[in-house]
Amino acid sequence: MNIVDHLEKLDRRIIFLLVLLAVIIPLLLPIGFEIKVSEPVQKFYEAIEALPPGSKVLISSEYDPATMPEVYPMNQALAQHCFKKDLRIIGMGLWPQGIPLNQASMEQAAEEYGKEYGVDYVNLGYKAGGIVVISAAAENMPNTFPLDYAGRPIEEFEIMEGIRNFDNIDLIVSLSAGDPGVRHWVMIAQGRYGKKVAGGVTAVSAPAFYPYLNAGQLEGLMGGMKGAAEYETLLEASGTASRGMDAQSIAHGLIIFLILFANLFYLLGKRRKK
Amino acid sequence: MKKQIPLIITFIAGMVMILQFFIPHRPFSDLQQLFNTWFLIITVFAMILGLGNLFKVHTKRLQRRPKGWWYSIVLLAGFAIMFIVGMIWGPARGTPFDYLFWNVHLPMSSMMFALLAFFVASASYRAFRARTPEATLLLVSAILVMIGRVPLGNYIWDKLPLIGDWIMSYPNMAGQRAIMIGIALGIVSTSLRIILGIERTYLSGK
Amino acid sequence: MLVAGINVEAFEVLSSSEPPVSPTEVLAKDKPNDAGGSIIVTWRKSDDDVEENELVKEYLVFRSSALDGEFELIGTANKGFEKFVDGTTIDGTQYYYMVKASDRVLHSPPATSEAVSSSAQWFHSGRISMLVATVMICFLILWFIRKAKKGKELYIRPIAGLEAVDDAVGRATEMGKPIMYIPGIADMDDIQTIASVIILGRVARKAAQYETSLLVPCCRSIVMSAAQETVKEAYISAGRSDAYDADKIRYLTDDQFGYAAGVDGMMLREKPGAIFYMGTFYAESLILAETGHSTGAIQIAGTAMPSQLPFFITACDYTLIGEELFAASAYLSKEPLLLGSLKGQDMGKAIIIAILVGGVILVSLGFTKIIAWLATG
Repeated sequence: MNIVDHLEKLDRRIIFLLVLLAVIIPLLLPIGFEIKVSEPVQKFYEAIEALPPGSKVLISSEYDPATMPEVYPMNQALAQHCFKKDLRIIGMGLWPQGIPLNQASMEQAAEEYGKEYGVDYVNLGYKAGGIVVISAAAENMPNTFPLDYAGRPIEEFEIMEGIRNFDNIDLIVSLSAGDPGVRHWVMIAQGRYGKKVAGGVTAVSAPAFYPYLNAGQLEGLMGGMKGAAEYETLLEASGTASRGMDAQSIAHGLIIFLILFANLFYLLGKRRKK
Repeated sequence: MKKQIPLIITFIAGMVMILQFFIPHRPFSDLQQLFNTWFLIITVFAMILGLGNLFKVHTKRLQRRPKGWWYSIVLLAGFAIMFIVGMIWGPARGTPFDYLFWNVHLPMSSMMFALLAFFVASASYRAFRARTPEATLLLVSAILVMIGRVPLGNYIWDKLPLIGDWIMSYPNMAGQRAIMIGIALGIVSTSLRIILGIERTYLSGK
Repeated sequence: MLVAGINVEAFEVLSSSEPPVSPTEVLAKDKPNDAGGSIIVTWRKSDDDVEENELVKEYLVFRSSALDGEFELIGTANKGFEKFVDGTTIDGTQYYYMVKASDRVLHSPPATSEAVSSSAQWFHSGRISMLVATVMICFLILWFIRKAKKGKELYIRPIAGLEAVDDAVGRATEMGKPIMYIPGIADMDDIQTIASVIILGRVARKAAQYETSLLVPCCRSIVMSAAQETVKEAYISAGRSDAYDADKIRYLTDDQFGYAAGVDGMMLREKPGAIFYMGTFYAESLILAETGHSTGAIQIAGTAMPSQLPFFITACDYTLIGEELFAASAYLSKEPLLLGSLKGQDMGKAIIIAILVGGVILVSLGFTKIIAWLATG
């Protein structure tokens, strides 16, 4: 095997090492690239802006610690935006591990804006069953979630007064890293009950949601860390997503360089064989 | 008989779910809620089924001691610790369970997801080759989208993010929609085969 | 200053001296296309309800069964809203609704609606187009199934990924290595998982015939249970019930990446000769497929998750795209009834393409009514 073949079939451990460096160095030595806001994120932001104070936003957390670097900054930015606009948040989740993450985001924002649990926000916790939970809650929320995440009856909370079903919710946001997630909220809450739904998803699954966005079935879409960073830019708050964008930029650049590099040696090898 | 009963249940449940979509009147709307509740109950009980299997398989491994049997100790110990801590202190903020969630589970899960960055790099290095004109087109559009999606693209040329967005919103979406229409029809056809009992591979017994 | 328990200073600060202007045009109507028990109340905002001030903070909605009877407060709507859904009505009972604008201290004079009662509907009028499409597609599928039953030969195009299933099982057998089948990470309520379990039945039958070990790590316990039943049935029908081992079809965890870690570990320890990925996958797809690739196994994937297709295409030898996953069972079994349903599905697709093209032309020519006809509620 000569050098050209060798470079074309580069040992993947070398690639791994390069990716590691491309991520770590910008995190340690930030560059501060400017972040431009894309239309789907702008739409998301405007959907929240359009709600009058006191409106109830349902934030459903369908992600877990694994996808936290991408989705958690969205959750934080969203909670901040809602409280800044004096909106009320009803948290819930179709993934058990999303519950503490949603709770942490809401608590953090509540502290910043002086909001109170049970009055301005509540966390209804996790319910197993995925898509079925959505349709059950759409018909009857108190029956589906009789207790909050810590086991307290929801009648104790002022925010839940008058909430019977999705008719009493003004906007639904699903922050999801998979199934069940945004797709199911669109299918049931938007498709069947005509509710406004916005979504936050991981970058890898974002392309699949563009058709929903363009068909008007999604009010807005945040895709991956970039989406979260754009939202942070709109809020004029610097969060973990904005800080991670330098690393992501360099890593993308590296992957593009590697692809071009591999193709160069592929073409050289092909010419030599001819 | 063992096959007939599940087929009848499937048929009735399937038809009710189709009818309730078009008939909002009772009893159909109530039946949907009823089926939903049943499914939720079954799902919760199924968790016990999964746990039982987990214990059975791993206690057997501890007895037989095949290669790598010590992983079973790690698994069972991990399960026992989270279970006991959760039962005693509950999942609220500030409890030991919460501590384990944020400091053990969270970094380990993030690590698994982060592997994706490395695998994307190695897979694209290996597979993205300009072998044919179609592959070259794919290669070029992938590069444009990738660079257009990060601030770096904006620095290189301020039109790059627009090109990236255009590729995502038009060619990508057209392709996605075509695949989705095909999938939707596949779902209708598969569902119909199951509801009518034509497809019964998933059933055992006579 | 506290007078009889009321904080008078706070009262003075909170309230402006005059009540807000009433909302107008209060209309109440039965909520359409529902199971009854709901009435929609709409109104036109109070003139004082503007963003610049806080003269109106909310609207109070009252209800009574008689115009001169006692009105009971049934709920509130925030400032800026012009709609309230009362989901607590009794069908057939007449109700009157009254709406007042409020600054939380003083209320405007009421605006009242006409009498209205709620009722349940027997048909969802917003879903006519959906009903027509469902009936049409079901009819086509059933018609082709009937044709197939009568013995008509149906041509199905070759699908490379499915042609390779036999080879993959054969190769694993030659190498003396096990086969690994991964049914995705969704639960049994996902049609892709059902399709996957059906394909598992076909793969298990081949594995049983070749006497090759089959490993099925599952992410959901119901899927594990269904997979066990399916594999058992396949082994029985291949006459190899003695070789069936339920422990090889095991539950790992519901956690997405915990599952990916578990499956990766199994791949590296067991070194399977062939790996199948069929069903719903998310971000774990490439983590699994790249690890599988590094073990040198022949890999066949199938998913209807468009965002994961590129990863599988990159890392696997064959990939079933979208509907091919649902066609797999019919293709592998070659049963006429199943093939008939595929043909019907194709005809359905042809009709949808015709509607799409026709719709685009009509809308371009200015005939936009077609959008309303095809829309669903």
